[in-house]
Amino acid sequence: MRHTISVLVENKFGVLSRVSGLFSGRGYNIESLSVGETIDPQISIMTIVTSGDDWVIEQIDKQLNKLIDVIKVVDMKELDHVEREMVLIKVAPRAEDKAEVLRIAEIFRGRIVDSSQKTYTIEVTGDEKKIAAIVDILKPMGIKEFVRTGKIAIAREGLKKY
Amino acid sequence: MKLSGAEILLECLKKEGVKHIFGYPGGVVLNIFDQLHDEKELKLILTRHEQGAVHAADGYARATGKAGVALVTSGPGATNTVTGIATAAMDSIPLVVFSGQVPTLLIGNDAFQEADIVGITRPCTKYNFLVKDVGDLAQIIKEAFYIATTGRPGPVLIDLPKDVTTAKTDFVWPESIKMRSYNPTYEGNKWMISQAAHAIAKAKKPVIVAGGGVIISGASKELKELAEHAKLPVAMTLMGLGAFPGSHKLSLGMPGMHGTYYANKSIQESDLLIAIGMRFDDRVTGKVSAFAPHAKIIHIDIDPTSIRKNVRVDIPIVGDVKRVLTTLNKVLKGEVKEQWKEVRKAWLKQIDDFKAERPLTYDRDTDIIKPQFVIEKINELTKGDAIITTEVGQNQMWTAQFYKFDKPRTFLSSGGLGTMGYGLPAAIGAQLAFPNKLVIDIAGDGSIQMNIQELATAVINRFPVKVAILNNRFLGMVRQWQELFFKERYSHTRLDESVPDFVKIAEAYNAVGLRAVKRSEVEPVLKEAFKIKRPVLMDFVIDWKEKVYPMVPAGAAIDEMLFLEEVKKSGKKLKAVK
Repeated sequence: MRHTISVLVENKFGVLSRVSGLFSGRGYNIESLSVGETIDPQISIMTIVTSGDDWVIEQIDKQLNKLIDVIKVVDMKELDHVEREMVLIKVAPRAEDKAEVLRIAEIFRGRIVDSSQKTYTIEVTGDEKKIAAIVDILKPMGIKEFVRTGKIAIAREGLKKY
Repeated sequence: MKLSGAEILLECLKKEGVKHIFGYPGGVVLNIFDQLHDEKELKLILTRHEQGAVHAADGYARATGKAGVALVTSGPGATNTVTGIATAAMDSIPLVVFSGQVPTLLIGNDAFQEADIVGITRPCTKYNFLVKDVGDLAQIIKEAFYIATTGRPGPVLIDLPKDVTTAKTDFVWPESIKMRSYNPTYEGNKWMISQAAHAIAKAKKPVIVAGGGVIISGASKELKELAEHAKLPVAMTLMGLGAFPGSHKLSLGMPGMHGTYYANKSIQESDLLIAIGMRFDDRVTGKVSAFAPHAKIIHIDIDPTSIRKNVRVDIPIVGDVKRVLTTLNKVLKGEVKEQWKEVRKAWLKQIDDFKAERPLTYDRDTDIIKPQFVIEKINELTKGDAIITTEVGQNQMWTAQFYKFDKPRTFLSSGGLGTMGYGLPAAIGAQLAFPNKLVIDIAGDGSIQMNIQELATAVINRFPVKVAILNNRFLGMVRQWQELFFKERYSHTRLDESVPDFVKIAEAYNAVGLRAVKRSEVEPVLKEAFKIKRPVLMDFVIDWKEKVYPMVPAGAAIDEMLFLEEVKKSGKKLKAVK
């Protein structure tokens, strides 16, 4: 079962490696991880997408809480929440597909953030399904590069502050 | 007044009530060692290896309950502490280890004697720090001791770049401390505790399994009260030995791989398992799916990650063992009215039958020295009033089985990590804390050689530690597995004539060496050793074929035990269970 976990941590050096070390050391899986400062510059928030059965997820939750620098752990599964991920897709379509690429970008509310003679770079934001869908459609037209931020998530009524 | 980082360090240690540091000097910690030269209140014990320093600090901590302190240099000095730190981490022992580091500007440059010790020890410390600014030093030291000694204790490392030890700043000692991200749970959930009390009242065949957490929490009195009041038999894990009197009628001794028949049998038959301050290590549970199959499980532990990590738990209670047991005892005495004696009669009778059926045993009719005999004699002569440390292997298991530990903090042994070479330096640490106590390291001829250099530390500091080497000229525990599961192919476990003459070694270090080769010589050697107020190395030449029984093969259920009598009789070859 896949879980998205938000982890509020002290914004100190070494914290990322404590968290990632916990996952690798105990054999847990990280599908994506993104980190950034919160409004309070002393606190960072990590969004980790991981998978495992209930036992594993319970241990991940407890082990994260046990880390000294971790302030709060929230499993988004338990909350009504919004998830987003941003991707940058560089497409190199054949001449006859160029218009189609632009149309697809528009349908997915993507933005063309760069273009060259042979390529377009499209920025798309959305949840997992939306990203998967646009990738699916663009693939046959020639995706040259693909970069994703990793998922971030926020609870609907707002995360309670620690 | 402005103080240097080195001065602040020593001031902070004094504020924390530290009297002794174990350490080893080197380039980048010279400023600190220079400060120590004129220091009156703090004494540094120079070990002969950094690993020894950390184990000694660990032994000091286990014997006293206070944090042990070690100080080493950068690079190899720091990496040599890793085994000691990991040992302490696995057994939840509070340590504060200071390592020197190259100057801040050189960090990351592959400088001489540079090692990323913060990176290296991240997974085996409870927490670690790199001090970048002397202004943070006092706060960091305060936090380090706080983290090391509270909650589930553990080792904390502080990495001190050389320039931080020379830089000056105003010394401000933070009197109190609060960390928003670190708040251990001490009080157990009241409702859960009352559930536990009712489960205890309802149970027909309850068993307590007590672990090291009982000792760390100082809850031996509360445990005894609980066991005696509700008539509960108590098994103790290796780390829990001494938490409950081993000679008590309700004691089942140690469960698990080399546990007693009656401890394992009681657990397997039980309908309620009360796990207190223990973490269901694989050496205790054996095959998890077959562990305590009929039992409802109550698990009391201060570390939430210990609960439901290895086994299912019906009544989880996160909290400090002492506080939880105090409440539990209150509830049992107040709310629950039971005629405990009547209720438990049948179960305790059954346990007595288990005990009579298969007591711990060995071949007593030989002239050759049996290791168990040596341990029994040590137990008899010390009347249980000694601090015993062990190395790891057969020596450790025989000690756990045949010495009756009646008091907490009298058995110091590397349980979780299983570190050979732990016993001698740990004995030194314990002896420093208790100068008038008899401190004995029960060792093997293999493991004593892993930190034998610490004899010098014992001699020069006049620590009268005693080392009893059970010398079988083998790496005995591995040999035992090879005999039982690998067709007696003794691959690299035969030490034979490479084993040095321990009496001569003792003498070379200016300690006393004694030897016994016959059963009749054991008692005189021990008596003489205990009289001598100097370090003594005793070489007991034992039966090399002796094995630790009972034994649960790896991967088997804990009631699938091998016994001396049966293995002897059948003579059949055993296969390791995967």
